[in-house]
Amino acid sequence: MARLYTRDHEWIDVDGETATVGITDYAQGQLGDIVFVELPEAGRKVVKGGEAAVVESVKAASDVYAPVSGTVTEANAALADDPSLVNSAPEGAGWFFRMALADPSELAGLMDADAYRAFLATL
Amino acid sequence: MADAACLNRLPLDALHRRLGARMVPFAGYAMPLQYEGIVAEHLWTRAHAGLFDVSHMGQLLVRGARAAAWLETLAPGDFAGLRPGRMRYSLLLADDGGILDDLMVTNLGDHVHLVVNGATRDSDMAHLAARRPHDVGLELLGAQALLALQGPAAADVLGRLAPEPEGPGGVPVAGLRFMSWGSYRWRGTRLAISRSGYTGEDGFEISLPAAEAEALVEALLGDGEVRPAGLGARDSLRLEAGLPLYGHDLSPEIEPVEAGLGFAISKRRKVEGGFPGAPRILKALIEGPQRRRVGLRLEGRQPAREGAPIHAGDLQVGMVTSGGFGPSVGGPIAMGYVAAAHAADGTALAIEVRGRRLPATVVPMPFYRKSYVR
Repeated sequence: MARLYTRDHEWIDVDGETATVGITDYAQGQLGDIVFVELPEAGRKVVKGGEAAVVESVKAASDVYAPVSGTVTEANAALADDPSLVNSAPEGAGWFFRMALADPSELAGLMDADAYRAFLATL
Repeated sequence: MADAACLNRLPLDALHRRLGARMVPFAGYAMPLQYEGIVAEHLWTRAHAGLFDVSHMGQLLVRGARAAAWLETLAPGDFAGLRPGRMRYSLLLADDGGILDDLMVTNLGDHVHLVVNGATRDSDMAHLAARRPHDVGLELLGAQALLALQGPAAADVLGRLAPEPEGPGGVPVAGLRFMSWGSYRWRGTRLAISRSGYTGEDGFEISLPAAEAEALVEALLGDGEVRPAGLGARDSLRLEAGLPLYGHDLSPEIEPVEAGLGFAISKRRKVEGGFPGAPRILKALIEGPQRRRVGLRLEGRQPAREGAPIHAGDLQVGMVTSGGFGPSVGGPIAMGYVAAAHAADGTALAIEVRGRRLPATVVPMPFYRKSYVR
């Protein structure tokens, strides 16, 4: 399934009942140099639009929200040693966490790549 | 966040945008937060020279034979003893000794030049105007830009620009001593240059007519050692240098001694008093303050920000007033106020961030000290 996006600049790759979540290239560009990422532990339940992670740039801390509800299954351990992966590969090796979806119908409210691009153009 | 349309524009606004700056509201101005990135600008300034536009800061002139004596009723510096061409860090104090602002005071010979914070410029002006005697002149220099060229290459860069010293006793810029000021001329423009800054690096601050600022900035950026640097790098550099930021680390609720700024109370003033809050401040000097501004080094990588509670065991003993990631230190650093009993270097404390307690140690400031020798 294709990648989907939120208005808060998270992306989600869905594969059946599970998904991978990260922040977009636009988001990392706005945040600047990322020095720390606080990730949810496996087993934590997250709610669509609720706080799921915190990303710290040199300047400030910003919340990252869960694109949809579900249970975290894995956090990206690589970010503990090298949080700058979020800057260099936000939509690849800089992913944040994997989750099991609680309600796949929540995906319907998210944007596809074209819609997200159009949304960015309005900012 | 303030409405972008209501913000004042810096004299160099168009240039910042052309250089790709991300503009943010600060002190009523649209200010450049960063150009290529905070860490890159920070590290470049430590290794070469960063050019900062700090024209949002207030530049004031105080005139008259009694200018210095009057300023001594408002701030604890020895301004009568400040020789022409010399500058001094000082504090504008409320009647109870609380800090209204921190500022630079320079004796320009026939008048006194003040540089105050942008966010407090208007309240400072009101404070000063309300207390001004009829024979002291007070003027806000609204049409002057202020640039800061900071970093180990700054002296060489300005040396290549070669502004001509004006007046008797003028020295080439590279000969200016730290916390000294001189008048120069460059392509017909008068530059007031001081050797000072807010980064922990060698450097200069240059005051000049706003209309001429762009030509000077273009000339400075034409030097391969110079890159533009924004507010973000200015903040991380000053934090590493252990320098307090007004409105965060200093406020009307804080007096100079607990802020670690006892050095700003000149020797003669300690003896004579006569500045606002003198009884309270002199008592703190003798007995030691109840709390102190300290530097904190955190373990791990997670930064603690302004407002984070500081604990010793189960007891909250203070609060972070500035915190972030030090690019040259390579880790999270913070400053804050803690009860005097927990302020000694080496004290193990914990800083609470989002419900977790991060181990931190009280360390001497600056966090980062240069090892280079000129």
